[in-house]
Amino acid sequence: MLSNLDALMHGFSVALTAHHLMLMMAGVLLGVLVGVLPGLGAPNGVTLLLPLTFTMDPVSAIILLTSLYWGALFGGSTTSILFNIPGEPSSVATTFDGYPMARQGRASEALTLAFLSAGIGAMVGIVVITLLSSAVASFALRFGPPEYFAVYFLAFASFIAFGGGAPLKTIVSLGLGFGFGMMGMDTVSGSMRLTFDIPELIRGISFLVVVIGLFGLGELLLTIEEGPEFKGANGRLDPRAMLRALVSLPRYWVAVLRGSAVGVWMGITPGGPTAASFMSYGLARRMSRNGARFGQGEPEGVIAPETADHSAGTSAMLPMLALGIPGSATSAVMLGGLMIWGLNPGPMLFTEQRDFVWGMIASMYLGNVIGVVLALATVPLFAAMLSVSFSVIGPIIVTVCLVGAYTVAGAPFDLWLALVFGAAGFLMKKLDYPLAPLVLAMVIGDKAEDAFRQSMLLSNGSLGVLWSNPLVGTLSTLAVLFLLWPVMAALLGRHRTSRAMKLAQAENRA
Amino acid sequence: MKLFRRAALGAALCTILGAAPPAAAQASWQPTRPVEFIVTAGAGGGTDLFARAVQAAITRHNLVPTSIVVSNKGAGSGAEGFVYGRGAQGDPHKVIFGTNNEWLLPLVARVAWKAQDLTPVTVMAYDEFMLWVKEDSPYRSAADLVAAARERPGAIRMGGSQTKDTDQVLTLLVQRATGVRFNYIPFRSGGEAGVQLAGGHIDANTNNPAESIGGWRGGQVRPLCVFRPDPLPQGPRVTEAQAWSDIPTCASQGVPIEEYRMPRTIFLPPGVPPAAQAYWAEVMRRVAETPEWKDYLQRTSQSAALMSPAEMRAMAEREERAAREIYAPEGWLVN
Repeated sequence: MLSNLDALMHGFSVALTAHHLMLMMAGVLLGVLVGVLPGLGAPNGVTLLLPLTFTMDPVSAIILLTSLYWGALFGGSTTSILFNIPGEPSSVATTFDGYPMARQGRASEALTLAFLSAGIGAMVGIVVITLLSSAVASFALRFGPPEYFAVYFLAFASFIAFGGGAPLKTIVSLGLGFGFGMMGMDTVSGSMRLTFDIPELIRGISFLVVVIGLFGLGELLLTIEEGPEFKGANGRLDPRAMLRALVSLPRYWVAVLRGSAVGVWMGITPGGPTAASFMSYGLARRMSRNGARFGQGEPEGVIAPETADHSAGTSAMLPMLALGIPGSATSAVMLGGLMIWGLNPGPMLFTEQRDFVWGMIASMYLGNVIGVVLALATVPLFAAMLSVSFSVIGPIIVTVCLVGAYTVAGAPFDLWLALVFGAAGFLMKKLDYPLAPLVLAMVIGDKAEDAFRQSMLLSNGSLGVLWSNPLVGTLSTLAVLFLLWPVMAALLGRHRTSRAMKLAQAENRA
Repeated sequence: MKLFRRAALGAALCTILGAAPPAAAQASWQPTRPVEFIVTAGAGGGTDLFARAVQAAITRHNLVPTSIVVSNKGAGSGAEGFVYGRGAQGDPHKVIFGTNNEWLLPLVARVAWKAQDLTPVTVMAYDEFMLWVKEDSPYRSAADLVAAARERPGAIRMGGSQTKDTDQVLTLLVQRATGVRFNYIPFRSGGEAGVQLAGGHIDANTNNPAESIGGWRGGQVRPLCVFRPDPLPQGPRVTEAQAWSDIPTCASQGVPIEEYRMPRTIFLPPGVPPAAQAYWAEVMRRVAETPEWKDYLQRTSQSAALMSPAEMRAMAEREERAAREIYAPEGWLVN
């Protein structure tokens, strides 16, 4: 561990040059921009910058690309909170409470809380990979298909099982999500599913397009129906609100810690930042004293997904370097970059390329600090956008949504999809169908299905494989418990009330 | 007028830089607007690296007068990219990078193109396949692995990338050649299959050298044999003790498969002018001579290849026929 700190100091000596600091600033700024625009996103941003890095040395190249990633993670929360349009897949969960807060005129507060908690989450993630790099890498190796499935199942159970809304509608929404996630080519059987011989559907339906439609366009339709103004939105530049948010943050230390832990866990295993943010939101909603207020503009509902999102994003860099497992779409692109720069991800990277690995880890500390500062500096600017009249901002939102849907894959077909999902989002909101289960099912349903079928191939069809060793057994049991929790709580509750009633009757008699 | 001036400027620039495009093609066709390299794989995959290596060599040596954009269209095992290329009928500004999946995928999946649709340009390299096991596995040679599979049919877990793709076909061929049965588990990529092997969740895989070099050097996995008629050429040491050339051939270890390798292919959309086909073939010939390209081949342990479009077409047809024979008894054929 001490030798790691030594190495980190060495890393700082690599990362702390004027050239690298400039690259970080440029990367973070570009990232914030890319993150704010829905559809463009971190993976696209990194892909676009990749050719530029061919002539750089690997340390500078990875510093630029990772800084862009951090910037995008910060920027992604902005539109989620202001307009209910997630700029990044991993900021979908931030909309649940961030957007209601903005509508109550607390946009500055929500943005400040989001950026600060995201920064803390990122720091926790980096500290973990600094101190535990070797242990974490060998831990990640213990994850085979059954373990993966259990991780997804646990994330799923901890988000879904808190109920809320009609169970039947939740199930319909889930089913739709799984269906959309299934479209395209299936990894295990190799056949095309639900493509109806339409060439555009071969690549499946992009999660981002669905989200842009359901959330962005759907919300816009609702706003139009309610009258063309953001009701209660207050775009007044208010430095005091930011200060208040800063002061209130320590009160939420439990949520921050829980979110960071969930994020690090999902980053390493690797379930990915998106699943991490959902899981953290679900857990916070269940465990928090303010759980009942979630979804109506509760600050904790912003903090929980944001910390988890960022700690997962940063800690996922470790399995990427040490094992070559990309924890997210963005790190998959970076992996390609690594190979082009002539580096092979693997355990040897840590000993042979000390400058590269530790320079990058050191730059993660710096890049995230720069990220928080830059993101906070944009708060007044973005909050002011809310006071612009709807007749101006409305068309801009439509344009941003459609441009975003197009940039995901450069396919005109996606524009129609976004419109269809926009209408669907409006209808679902009107009919009280929850959107979150659909989104979550789309994000992890496909991967969970692969992992489950691979497990079944491994075990020749026996479910026992999900309890075949202590690690997977614990995960599966926890997941089942979480899933059954509402049922058990209801049963226990009834038991308790009936006992109380008996006691009361007994007292009456006496 | 404006257009003409820009063209004239471009021509002048080319002359100044001394990198005028190949003389033969210059007379007939050369790109006049940005070129799109369509990668039929996700970012970071083998085909992506291939296309980007070509792009880097072209940019470094000014082999093409316009700029080049790489776009990844890898969904459905690359079907997305091929369908997109098929749709760009007659547009020589789109160059499609793939593997043998261009002619193998239409056999096993209902996709919107046929193997003969696209215009062949060349095969630029061959990627090798090796048999890998975990570092501390009891199998010291391919013969050990086959013997274990003979003892417990279907119990040895063989991992690979995708279903009905090169890895599973190779597993099938090994089964046929030795009369044993493996339990094939498909993963999303070779990289994933490599990590699953390092973690001991599967017993073996058939990764390409570049997919597992990190794990080999890190002491997680080791290669048993290579599917080639002779061992890989001499090169620098990879681990402390061994170089790629020290790995024996699979045929010498009792797995009678002389050769199994995967071509890295380049296509153009259907119906492009023959001059454009010749132009790109010439550009790729020049790419193959650059130090960047040679460095890429060395780093990824691939063998060089360069085919004329006609040779490539013949090879594809030969491979397709062979594949039909292998796929038919498995019930994989859909076309």
